[in-house]
Amino acid sequence: MRASTPVISARNVWKLFGPSPERYLKSLSAIRSFDEIRADGYIAGVKDVSIRVDRGEMLVIMGLSGSGKSTLVRCFSRLHSITGGTIEVDGQDIMKLSERDLIELRRNKMGMVFQSFGLLPHRTVLENVAFPLEMRGQDCPERRERALEVIKLVGLDGREDYFPRELSGGQQQRVGIARSLAIEPDIWFLDEPFSALDPLIRREMQDEFLRLQEMLGKTIVFITHDFDEALRLADRIVIMRDGSVEQCDSPDQIVMKPATEYVAKFTEDIDKARVVHANVLTKPVNGHVLEGAPINGGSTIHELARVLVNDNRILLPVANDKGVVTGVLERNAALNVLLGAE
Amino acid sequence: MAALSTELQEITDKLWGRSRLLIALLIMAFALILAKAIGVLPEWLNRIPEAAIPPTAQVLDAIFNFIQNELGIIYVTRFIAEGPLEFLLDTSGNLLEGKRRWPYLGPIPWSAIAVVAVVVGYALGGWRLAALGGGTFIWTAVIGQWKMAMQTMSVIVVSAPLAFLMGLTLGVAAWKYRWFERMMKPILSVLQTLPFFTYLLPAVIFFKVGPTAGAVATITFAIPPMILMTTLGLKKVSPEVIEAGHMSGCTRWQMLSHVYVPAARTEILVGVNQVIMLCLAMVVLTAFIGMPGLGAKLLAMMGSFKLGRSFEIGVTIVLLAVMLDRMSKAWVVKQPVHFERGTPWWKRHQVSLIALVLFIGFTLLSQVFPILAEVGRKQHLSQGKEIDVVIKSFLAIDAIKGTTEWLRWFLNVKVLIPFRNTLLAIPTPAFILLVVSFSYWVGGRRPGIYAAVFFTVVAFSGWWDRSVITLYTVISAVALAAIIGIPLGVVAARSSRWSKSILLACDTAQTFPSFIYLIPAIMLFGVNDVAVVFSILIFAAVPLIRYTIIGLSSVPPEMTEAADMSGSTRRQKLMSVQFPLALPTMAVGFNQAIMFSFFMVIIAAFIGTQDLGQELQRTLAGTELGKNFVLGLNVSLMALTFDMAISSWAEQRKKRLGLD
Repeated sequence: MRASTPVISARNVWKLFGPSPERYLKSLSAIRSFDEIRADGYIAGVKDVSIRVDRGEMLVIMGLSGSGKSTLVRCFSRLHSITGGTIEVDGQDIMKLSERDLIELRRNKMGMVFQSFGLLPHRTVLENVAFPLEMRGQDCPERRERALEVIKLVGLDGREDYFPRELSGGQQQRVGIARSLAIEPDIWFLDEPFSALDPLIRREMQDEFLRLQEMLGKTIVFITHDFDEALRLADRIVIMRDGSVEQCDSPDQIVMKPATEYVAKFTEDIDKARVVHANVLTKPVNGHVLEGAPINGGSTIHELARVLVNDNRILLPVANDKGVVTGVLERNAALNVLLGAE
Repeated sequence: MAALSTELQEITDKLWGRSRLLIALLIMAFALILAKAIGVLPEWLNRIPEAAIPPTAQVLDAIFNFIQNELGIIYVTRFIAEGPLEFLLDTSGNLLEGKRRWPYLGPIPWSAIAVVAVVVGYALGGWRLAALGGGTFIWTAVIGQWKMAMQTMSVIVVSAPLAFLMGLTLGVAAWKYRWFERMMKPILSVLQTLPFFTYLLPAVIFFKVGPTAGAVATITFAIPPMILMTTLGLKKVSPEVIEAGHMSGCTRWQMLSHVYVPAARTEILVGVNQVIMLCLAMVVLTAFIGMPGLGAKLLAMMGSFKLGRSFEIGVTIVLLAVMLDRMSKAWVVKQPVHFERGTPWWKRHQVSLIALVLFIGFTLLSQVFPILAEVGRKQHLSQGKEIDVVIKSFLAIDAIKGTTEWLRWFLNVKVLIPFRNTLLAIPTPAFILLVVSFSYWVGGRRPGIYAAVFFTVVAFSGWWDRSVITLYTVISAVALAAIIGIPLGVVAARSSRWSKSILLACDTAQTFPSFIYLIPAIMLFGVNDVAVVFSILIFAAVPLIRYTIIGLSSVPPEMTEAADMSGSTRRQKLMSVQFPLALPTMAVGFNQAIMFSFFMVIIAAFIGTQDLGQELQRTLAGTELGKNFVLGLNVSLMALTFDMAISSWAEQRKKRLGLD
């Protein structure tokens, strides 16, 4: 899935808030902590972050409120101008774009979904969804047709003429999603899209979102403060704290090998068996004698629980989707994960 | 711990420093007063000598002359007045009252307007608004005031949209450019405290007498709140909506027209409501520069003490005000509702179609039945004389007469005149020191400094005694209003039903053009100081009652519950829980009461006063623009002094209590 050129590549990105951030950043010689910077009268929204987002991948940025995750995403779309570093989108330095080019970029390549939906209250569902198309000057019948298409995609057909306040929260967010998809963006930013919804609806919307993603295969940057949500959706997770990245890895790695204590605290209460896949624990065959039926490396330990408990082999062969054996799994190690023992 | 104790030390130092300065100021003031009492005060310290007063008015006159004639501004303004503005006013005048000007179509039959008001009222707020809309116009026609009312309306329908457009543009500019906002802020606060007579004279000089000047003064008067509401609304647009606009690839212009302005709809419409109400209030007052209409008639009727007719005109004005207010407010809260798909176009535009059909229908009908077009001189149902008799005989009842006469005597002889003489006896510097210490005590350093500067300017304007009389009227009226209004508010706030209906009454009373408040004052007390104070008193009591109720009922329930559970009596709860928390809000009401009083005291010049208002009214007859400005600024500066002190107190207090 991963192509060689990243869709978004951020290098040493800084975003400082304060009276004259550029000058302050230049004066920073040694590494200063978030609190030291704050004592100087500046807030480090994003602090020396380097990340790449690959084509077709779903990157989830996770962090508590105030950790800088929303700021970082707003830097990617240049809703915020960064103080230092570079951000390239499709190889183009976005800080060097003119206003015209930036507008073009947003009109054709980017879509964004907001936490509190950001719907225009005076426009109907249809007009909201067609808004980005209207802004780029598409004519009325054409944008109507496209808007109806996306509205159908998010399952709101029949509600085109409603106004946002006539809809429930979940429905409003569907409008937000439809609007962000109307221009067929390459890159899809979602800023805590489901946090404002109640837990049952949230679950439903996550499923819906996974369905859409499977269908569309977009490059996605997804923000959440909900670790479970991150684990459920992500290809890779970025954990942020005080503006800097604590760890950037796959969900399995984050759960199995938290890089810092802060990350470890998050993973403490997580049922690791539901996150970790068999192939993460898999070791090379290395001449071990393999016997019996292999297990599927793509399954989580939790899904394999019955096999792990009932089987009496010490080593289990692991196979990929095609049935080719790729390695072995130590049953004891897997049972440790299952039972939550270290 | 150490940090805390040094902090405490600092606070006590500050307080001690503050009270020391305060005591010094007060001692100086009393020393001056004492010196005067024992006769050792030199005259130049009692009042500023004539020779020391700069000829501000003459200088201003020279400047205005320069702007007017040398720079040729007057040609521009006269062109606007005689060109586009007069054209618009002539058009609306023709349509509404049948002025012989293009397009020579009017007057529109009253029944056609009334029926449209019914439909619009129904669409905005159901049968009640429909009845209000229809009822107002039917009353106006039947009582025989149609032509006057339409003269007034024809100015409003031109001024309100113009004021709206200008206010919106300036508001957007103030929101977009910080320097512009910073520049506008002081100008707006002066404009909002400037007495309306000061708007009138420049309008007359630059824009001719009559409707055009009236319209210009009205527009100027109505713009400030529109600017403020626009800026407020644009600032309040949710950041996510703005970001959504950016992410949809809006250009700057698209952002403004498609995102910001529609998203600020509510505040902008509240601004529209205020524009309409201020236009009405001002149009009525333009009677003072000879604008025909309801205001002029009311002025004439009150002048000749025809109470019955004054009362009828008052009712018309109040009905118009309430109708315009309710309808525009209904428009604010009205949210768009979707139509089911496949609704035919005639159903989507049902309301406009019905209004159109009825309008044409009644226009045609009135060709057949002339009574539907115009209620003639002999046909109207005005009961002016009869009401006159009723009112006068009611006032002549011994009990009533006794009460009003006793009140008049008591207030005049025991309260007002002694108070006025006391204030007038205070030497100018001592007076300024007293005001400064009040401002400093209430609001802190900044308001104190402003009070010193502002009142010194007033002292050097050459109108000190009249300024003091103005201030005396304001203080007496507000004090009496507080004595009546605050207990009333406290009692009303006890039950939610009562507070609701009293709040509604206050809101309604606030929509009345201030002129209306003169009617009961004159009826009860005739033409004298007591009537002046009384008219201001009822005008100022409204915000006091209103904010007392709001303040008390917005005390968080868990705090009153905590007081109840601590076993406090009703009185203890009121004194030690509700009042302290409600005070900042009540202060806002108090401030508004003072501002309203400064406004009303000038209008009360009509009854006959000896203050700045009287002089201001006199300038209207001539061309003394400089003097007019000096007088107006005096009122404005005094009002601003109190405004700054009290609002700064309320803000500090709110911050300290952690409210909002």
